[in-house]
Amino acid sequence: MTAPAESLLLPVPDEDGAPFWEYAARGELRIQTCADCGRLRFPPRPCCPHCGSFASEWRLMSGRGRIWSYVRPHPPLLPAYAAHAPYNVILVELVEEPLIRLAGNLVTSADAPLDSVDPARLRIGARVQVVFTETGGMSVPRWVLERP
Amino acid sequence: MAATLKDATAIVGIGQTAFARQLAAGEKELACRAILAALADAGIAPAEVDAFASYTMEETDEVEVAKSIGAGDVTFFSKVGYGGGGSCATVGHLAAAIATGQASVGVAWRSRKRGSGPRPWKNTTVQLPTPGQWTRPFGLLRPADEIGMLARRYMHEYGATRDHLFNVAMACRNRANENPAAMMYERPLTREMYMTSRMISEPLCLFDNCLETDGALACVIVSAERARDCRQRPVYVHSVAQGLPSQHHGMVNYWNDDPLSGPAWTAARHLWKQADFGPEDVDVAQIYDAFTPLIPLSLEGYGFCGRGEGAAFTEGGALEMGGRLPINTGGGGLSEAYVHGFNLINEGVKQLRGISTAQVPDAATCLVTAGEGVPTSAILLRS
Repeated sequence: MTAPAESLLLPVPDEDGAPFWEYAARGELRIQTCADCGRLRFPPRPCCPHCGSFASEWRLMSGRGRIWSYVRPHPPLLPAYAAHAPYNVILVELVEEPLIRLAGNLVTSADAPLDSVDPARLRIGARVQVVFTETGGMSVPRWVLERP
Repeated sequence: MAATLKDATAIVGIGQTAFARQLAAGEKELACRAILAALADAGIAPAEVDAFASYTMEETDEVEVAKSIGAGDVTFFSKVGYGGGGSCATVGHLAAAIATGQASVGVAWRSRKRGSGPRPWKNTTVQLPTPGQWTRPFGLLRPADEIGMLARRYMHEYGATRDHLFNVAMACRNRANENPAAMMYERPLTREMYMTSRMISEPLCLFDNCLETDGALACVIVSAERARDCRQRPVYVHSVAQGLPSQHHGMVNYWNDDPLSGPAWTAARHLWKQADFGPEDVDVAQIYDAFTPLIPLSLEGYGFCGRGEGAAFTEGGALEMGGRLPINTGGGGLSEAYVHGFNLINEGVKQLRGISTAQVPDAATCLVTAGEGVPTSAILLRS
């Protein structure tokens, strides 16, 4: 992406979250899963809150989901965000596990700006699909409508 | 019989500084002024203070406060986390310390220059708690954005409207218009002003957000026995609770079964279990109002109405004087001052002393809550 987008905040992964971003760099949406009881968990953490196991794996998701909620932030904002305000932020419930709701942005295509979608298209329940965009040396998920 | 905190302690002194967008004095001086005012109100000498409680976000520590005000030997001090979620817990921790004999005179306080100081969310050099990587890059930057997400879903699920949120903003503003100490004392609000104001994070507009305030408040807590000999009518700490629900994620509570039932529900269960009365017996409530949607959520959480009924509860002037549940009678964080909810505690005390600027006749019970949407706390006060 071009200069303004590169000044958006980059994810600062912690030790539990690092694999998510490593998989994202390969264009894969993976969610931490207990290697013993098989339950998915998010955000990632050292052990399973259901069975106590410290063994985990990262399960590949289809990348499909539905909008659970959304906001449209207006200034005052950090400058890189103010440049595109009002933009959208959406929460996407994943088809594989609707209780996991990933924050992201609905865009017209992977590299389009945060305000590229007509706000009239924002709707709770709308089906979306993950895409990835390169920014500041990292790969970050974005979301596009299944039926644009 | 098991030990109980019920009515074992009382708030016997309250103090506050002026509230303004910008005050000249620093946070330390403001803290000292509020604390000394509270002690003077109680008629207790600073040298008798042996316990302190505040918030982890409080910048002035106990060492500075104790030596400045001339406290005696201090045997209990505690700080509670999660911003405004800790407000009522400061009183709760002191009540527990005093009831169990670890100290005898406790001071809780909060001093903050949020009006003239920086907005916390603008700091991009410090990595915020773990969830930051999952939300901030996408432009979910401010608490208003994080709560706005829950507000939108709440409106979708339960048919709540901006008019319901306006009812909250209006009730707080009306009380502030009666309170000369409130930042919005001479600033009436109308529905038209609300509906045409600029948006901050849709669906939330300017008037759905609390004020930005410089100011400080404090209160003094002693045993019920000692309280009977103090200058002021004692306001008893009837029940206290903290709440960190199972699988809760803080203000970005997006990854569990039910993001719309937050810490209020957890705190409420414990609060009422310890109490001799229930929600229907509460005469007046001071409900944490950093954002208007926290009021319907808290009304549900603390049991004033059923799930999904919080918005409808605000209709017909229910939150106004003479309504089913007058709230935030000093103006709250929305219209009196935003000092992480400590003004709600002191206002609860004023109501039960009968000296509020918007006095509920014969108020004998008051619920005070801390920030909803983060690990929280609450107290029940009675006269």
